[in-house]
Amino acid sequence: MSRISERQILMQGNEACAKGAIDAGVRFFAGYPITPSSEIAEILAHDLPSVGGKFIQMEDEIGSMAAVIGASLTGVKAMTATSGPGFSLKQENIGYAAMAEVPCLIVLVQRAGPSTGLPTSPAQGDAMQARWGTHGDHPVIVMAPASVRETYDLTLACVNWSEILRVPAILLMDEVVAHMRENVTLPDPRELDIHDRPGPTLPPGHPDFRPYLPGPDDVPPMAPFGQGYRYHVTGLHHDERGYPVHDGAVAGELGRRLLRKLERREADIARVEWVWGPGRGDRGPRPPDGWPSGRDATVVVSFGSTARSAEAACDLARSQGREAILLRLVTLWPFPDAAIVEAARKVAPGGEILVVEMNFGQVVREVARAAAGQARVRHFGYVSGQLIPPDEIAREIGGRGRTG
Amino acid sequence: MSLDYRRYLDETALPLMWCPGCGDGTILKALLEAFASLGLERERVVVVTGIGCWGKADDYIRTNAIHGTHGRALAVATGVKAYRPDLTVVALMGDGDCATIGGNHFIHAARRNIGITAVVSNNLNYGMTGGQFSGTTPAGSKTSTSPYGHAEDGFDLCRLADAAGANFVARTTAYHYRQMVRLIKEALLEPGFAMVEVASPCPTYYGRLNRQGSAREMWRSLKDRARSVGEEGGEARTGVAPGQRPDEEPRSKPADVIVTGVLVRRTRPDFAARYSDVCRRAMKEGGGEAQLDAR
Ligand SMILES: Cc1ncc(C[n+]2csc(CCOP(=O)(O)OP(=O)(O)O)c2C)c(N)n1
Ligand code: SF4
Repeated sequence: MSRISERQILMQGNEACAKGAIDAGVRFFAGYPITPSSEIAEILAHDLPSVGGKFIQMEDEIGSMAAVIGASLTGVKAMTATSGPGFSLKQENIGYAAMAEVPCLIVLVQRAGPSTGLPTSPAQGDAMQARWGTHGDHPVIVMAPASVRETYDLTLACVNWSEILRVPAILLMDEVVAHMRENVTLPDPRELDIHDRPGPTLPPGHPDFRPYLPGPDDVPPMAPFGQGYRYHVTGLHHDERGYPVHDGAVAGELGRRLLRKLERREADIARVEWVWGPGRGDRGPRPPDGWPSGRDATVVVSFGSTARSAEAACDLARSQGREAILLRLVTLWPFPDAAIVEAARKVAPGGEILVVEMNFGQVVREVARAAAGQARVRHFGYVSGQLIPPDEIAREIGGRGRTG
Repeated sequence: MSLDYRRYLDETALPLMWCPGCGDGTILKALLEAFASLGLERERVVVVTGIGCWGKADDYIRTNAIHGTHGRALAVATGVKAYRPDLTVVALMGDGDCATIGGNHFIHAARRNIGITAVVSNNLNYGMTGGQFSGTTPAGSKTSTSPYGHAEDGFDLCRLADAAGANFVARTTAYHYRQMVRLIKEALLEPGFAMVEVASPCPTYYGRLNRQGSAREMWRSLKDRARSVGEEGGEARTGVAPGQRPDEEPRSKPADVIVTGVLVRRTRPDFAARYSDVCRRAMKEGGGEAQLDAR
């Protein structure tokens, strides 16, 4: 049997995202152009029509998010891509997708904000907005790639989880990851692990069909519009038939279930990578057993492009005799609490957790919450329109700014 | 096949939530009657609403339905129709939903000429939130946010849809039931964007605040003021909106004449037809994989 050779390509993060989306089965894109995300729309405008997909440029980001929801309800994997100003506009309908359990991928390529900010410069100031941007308690998945290849992988992961759990998933990129070019080897599309939304277990027209009756995993199987089923979808609190209810108990249970379906899979979704050396084998989902050897170690927590600087910084610090390890957050939400608890245990009592992010202190709050006072947690970061250089981070490791 | 409108009505959801004398119940019946007369398969119809009194109509309709967000019905409907042009997609909107918060989607849906049937209940104010002014409220009108009289003119929805390029634009009133059924039916058959504006009474707010008398008197006034296009007084091409006379001095009461009937009919190709050309060209040029790899 002939095998499609692995595809080695020089590409930028935005291309990897578009490619990953198509390989994940996305066949609908609605968006509105904005730097630094526009390439994703441009590539999909070009590529979707020849693979049976559809692309539409809407009149604004509110409409884009609305169109994604409408399309997804007909059974197609659907996505949009934007940057901070557009992401702000999408919020109401992201909440709608969470409430009505409409799978969708929202790619957010961060630039410096607030407002129009620095359109072509990197930042990570939307980490909290990605989690809490829309009103009300709601489930959401957020993943933050640090390389071009990982952008491809996490696009797939976001689409998969969004479909499996019927939740909006946000791929939180930043300008550096989006525009950086790397030589990547992509997997054979036939070997990918692709998941679709759970389909209804009853045939169309069955009298017992309840569109919002959850399965054992708390996820209701999803019937596509236009394939024989007929039902009602709303952003109001609703019952299993999908019709609005004012019953406090029903509303309360719906709110809990929406969060519970994610909590059940938290251990699978919340991924991290520990990096303890420059070699290929010096990384993994758990820190090495004997680490640290002393009482003055630093766990550097970072994500996205900043994690690349942080990794180099840890190498530098180690070469200067300081004990440092990188804990890279691959998933931001659901938050990888367990990894932070482990980090806290490793560094306490003499060391610290240093959270490095291109903002003035966002994810550090989650880290401090998860560490629950068991270790010292400190933020290092700022927004200047450029990546934070490794030597600056290295100076912070076991050094300046550290007080007892 | 039963042609009875009740096939499309969810009788378990009755009674209707609307106030006595409201026009929305009649528009609902006309819509369902139009569905019935075309024998539409319920599973192949998607009704999309926004938020408002008229935006609650989906609760009573036994087709697929999406009760969306305020002002975004047309954008949600665009997603449905763009991916599944074979489905009948209907957007039900108040004047707030359609022409105020959702005005941008309205003009672009018309420009894009996407095959959605928009049925707009124009009651000249925001019913659901207590009678504030909307984008169609006539100058001088009293509403709960224009207690001294409204300082702005309102839109003529039909002119707006016409200027934006809609293929089918029609106006009627909640009183003119048979005309309403006929116009909605024609709109449903139009492959491009179609809008039917229905002048509808809101006795609870607009009527009361503007001293238009009882609900009965408001209905009678719709009857008296309507002129079909072509009739004397109904000569204007897109006519006079139910709420205003755009070329005249602002008035403190709605226009004397409501021009009804089909105001615009075009044969511009719809979005689905044009986009399938795009897909054909993409296939021919080899699109996809090969192009991306060479990028
Ligand atoms: C984003 C947003 N803003 C405001 C509201 C509150 N709201 C609900 S319905 C409505 C106006 C409805 O008026 P219209 O669309 O004319 O419909 P009607 O109630 O008159 O039928 C408003 C302002 C909302 N639901 N969402
Ligand atoms: S408030 Fe006005 S529009 Fe709303 S149901 Fe009552 S009469 Fe109808």
